[in-house]
Amino acid sequence: MARSKDKGSQEVNAGSMADIAFLLLIFFLVTTQIATNKGLTLLLPPKQEDDEPIEIKQQQRNIFKIQVNSADKLLVEDEPLDDISQIREMVYDFVLNFGDPSSNKKGSDKVSDIDVYNSLPASMKSYISRSLSDSESSDGPSSAIVSLKADRGSSYEIFIQILDELNAAYNRIYGERVGLSDEEFRKLNRNDPRQKKLYDDARMGIPKAISIAEPTKSGS
Amino acid sequence: MSKFKKKTSSSQDIPTAALPDIIFMLLFFFMVTTVLRETELKVEQRIPRAEQLVKLEKKKLVSYLYVGKPKDPTFGTEPLIQANDVFIGIDGVVKWVNEEKAKLSEVERDQITISMKVDNETKMGIIVDIQTELREANARKIMYATPQKTDED
Repeated sequence: MARSKDKGSQEVNAGSMADIAFLLLIFFLVTTQIATNKGLTLLLPPKQEDDEPIEIKQQQRNIFKIQVNSADKLLVEDEPLDDISQIREMVYDFVLNFGDPSSNKKGSDKVSDIDVYNSLPASMKSYISRSLSDSESSDGPSSAIVSLKADRGSSYEIFIQILDELNAAYNRIYGERVGLSDEEFRKLNRNDPRQKKLYDDARMGIPKAISIAEPTKSGS
Repeated sequence: MSKFKKKTSSSQDIPTAALPDIIFMLLFFFMVTTVLRETELKVEQRIPRAEQLVKLEKKKLVSYLYVGKPKDPTFGTEPLIQANDVFIGIDGVVKWVNEEKAKLSEVERDQITISMKVDNETKMGIIVDIQTELREANARKIMYATPQKTDED
């Protein structure tokens, strides 16, 4: 009797092992959320010291004003604007205006507006001399500031849309300067020395000056 | 004839004994690469999409703030700020930033990046208040976390 029992199969049936593993696999596939670490970056101005003068007088022509009211309506350079996507072109023209480029070396990279102009590719230079260089607009990239003032009652959604357009304008400038599209510029990997150099070259002398102004207190 | 018969009697099915191994390998891959969400979201998060995204390189330096309408209606309907697992008031932001900074090594403290995940329907008022507090706390690098805009939208 014992013999006949021994003759029976000694192996554990492993056929359903795959099913169990599949079940676990599908569970992890469904519950996994690959962490996203992407977004729009912004550098805030340093903390205000009390003894510092609060406002440094800037020439009005060097400030590109965008205002949003609580009904999410836009006022760009004191004129109403309905189509947000136009901001991209306007900011692009504003920053690259070179109305009165100074030869003063400013900023941490010690580059003047004229140096920046000379470093631009020919296509951009001809565009600037043809349709820009307006004395009513910004003096040069180093002094151009984009000011975004959103009412406390305006929505976050429109703020992100505007910020997106501003970043698009700057990325287009940076990209064009080194012969890339704005998308290629954004995807530059700054850990790679060669791409890092390209990135630094593109940004040299053109600061991304986006200022988020303190909003007015009127709500609703 | 008997020759042919012998051939047909050989086993026809594919050995599937290695299948579990393959599946387990996939399973382990997913288990290892998965980062489980450490914080439970207590606020609504429908984040507006944007196009011009930048990827952050150093994950260690990023701290997250979640802003939105609380999911639990007992907390009201006004947007609240969630840091880690708790709601903090606007005056708690500086303290929270300092706690987050204390987790980093001394040289990296100034490079801390605050990633803000903000719900669609939030008004700008609270965002500006947070920004003011972050300036106060000397955490100047901020990021508005947004998913990539797809062409259909």
